[in-house]
Amino acid sequence: MTDSTRTDYLDLDTKDETFLDATELVLNMGPQHPSTHGVLRVILKLDGEKVLGTECVIGYLHRGVEKIAENRTYAMFNPYVDRMDYVAAVSNGLGYCEAVEKLLSVEAPPRAQYLRVILTELCRIASHQVWLGTHALDIGAITPLFYCFRDREEVLKIFEKYCGARLTTHAFRIGGCIYEAYEGFEQDCKKFCDAFLPKLDEYEELLTTNRIWVERTKGVGILNPEDCIALGVTGPVLRASGVKWDLRKAQPYESYKDFDFEIPTGLHGDTYDRYLVRIEEMRQAVRIIRQAVDGLPQGPIMAKVPKVIKPPVGEVYHSIEAPKGELGYFIVSDASTQPYRIRVRPPSFVNLQALDKMVRGLLVADVVAVIGTLDIVLGEVDR
Amino acid sequence: MDSSLVYEILLRMRHDELFDYCVDITAVHYPKREAQFDIVYILYSFHHNERVRIKTQIKDGEHLRTAVTIWETANWLEREVFDMFGIVFDGHPDLKRILMPDGWKGHPLRKDYPILQQDQEWVKINLGIESGQ
Repeated sequence: MTDSTRTDYLDLDTKDETFLDATELVLNMGPQHPSTHGVLRVILKLDGEKVLGTECVIGYLHRGVEKIAENRTYAMFNPYVDRMDYVAAVSNGLGYCEAVEKLLSVEAPPRAQYLRVILTELCRIASHQVWLGTHALDIGAITPLFYCFRDREEVLKIFEKYCGARLTTHAFRIGGCIYEAYEGFEQDCKKFCDAFLPKLDEYEELLTTNRIWVERTKGVGILNPEDCIALGVTGPVLRASGVKWDLRKAQPYESYKDFDFEIPTGLHGDTYDRYLVRIEEMRQAVRIIRQAVDGLPQGPIMAKVPKVIKPPVGEVYHSIEAPKGELGYFIVSDASTQPYRIRVRPPSFVNLQALDKMVRGLLVADVVAVIGTLDIVLGEVDR
Repeated sequence: MDSSLVYEILLRMRHDELFDYCVDITAVHYPKREAQFDIVYILYSFHHNERVRIKTQIKDGEHLRTAVTIWETANWLEREVFDMFGIVFDGHPDLKRILMPDGWKGHPLRKDYPILQQDQEWVKINLGIESGQ
């Protein structure tokens, strides 16, 4: 029960000018807020409903992954990387395995490389589906969430059949893959591709020309290419600003040079363009999966890697195009069984830094849209 | 290279050699060396499609000039290096902890910081428990 006459908390003798005439208001959003996709806290400085500035407070999910790495062997650390970007665990594993392989100067056999590409591209689709579902939900469209999660289930089923895990898969090992493709793997992938393209059109039917969607996303959170590069933003956010740059083409790793695919780009660098870019990326991922399944070579799936991994003294930086952007691993080896230092360059962490620039001058509701469009995963931001 | 030259060289890399994208800034701790820290700048050029690493060694307590004026992205990256290693970047607009809580003692990625160590005092005050383990 509230007592409307209660005034003891107000100091009535002095006129409170700061409160009545204030044009600036500081509002705390998160860390427990459904649209911040985890435990992100954003301090908003507002003028009415207009955003004057923001400050991100992160670290709530910090587990010290880089410190853990220094106390584990190379093989033992492999499952940990899946827990960073847990929406795209396969990509994390790929980046890590490739970095260690580079350090060891071994290369995965062709069949393993193709399997890796298939699973990574499936993972890209799954990651983009989670993004689309939650992003649309944040803006107020509930249906895409159910559609996306329904179809993502098919990808997770393939993962489950392949390696027994659905989310934190630990699908790859240093030197290749440990699991051979199961009976019917190719058919499952093909079936998924055939079924998924019409589903993608369904998503587009729901959103692409939807008036509410277009008005909430067009012209919101614009980033021009110069800002993107200065801020180190990568992935679909960079491409939506018109920079045609994708590590799969710029510095091909695995067997990506064997496949024919396009890099979609946007024109305006707004939330709507980022949506279109990611939708098109899913189509391209299907194209890659189909080519890889058709061309899947026979042969071994594991390179000759010693039982105890002891890379020579040296350091290596290797990065891949994860669904969120450039995911890099910087590994320093001192010729022992444990890495001397592992630094993870997380795309979400760097992309999140652009939030402030993107939301200045917009409304509070647009902040929600922009956080969604950046596609951050707090497990990776905080590590 | 010498740590006093780093800023000049980074500036040159950015403007003359067109390394316009600062991929990462990180550090490695070698406690047995006199200059304990390696600071690593990973740069990429969209024009040349090339990646380079620039490394410098600094002593404990030595400061470096910030790269935020060259690449905006250095802001959070340098804050993380400060948070994890305690390396101070002069001229940084907002140098404070980023992943660890404010007021935490110690810099976790230094080699003399054991994996089970934590700031007991901070844990007690803020979480109200004796130990987090």
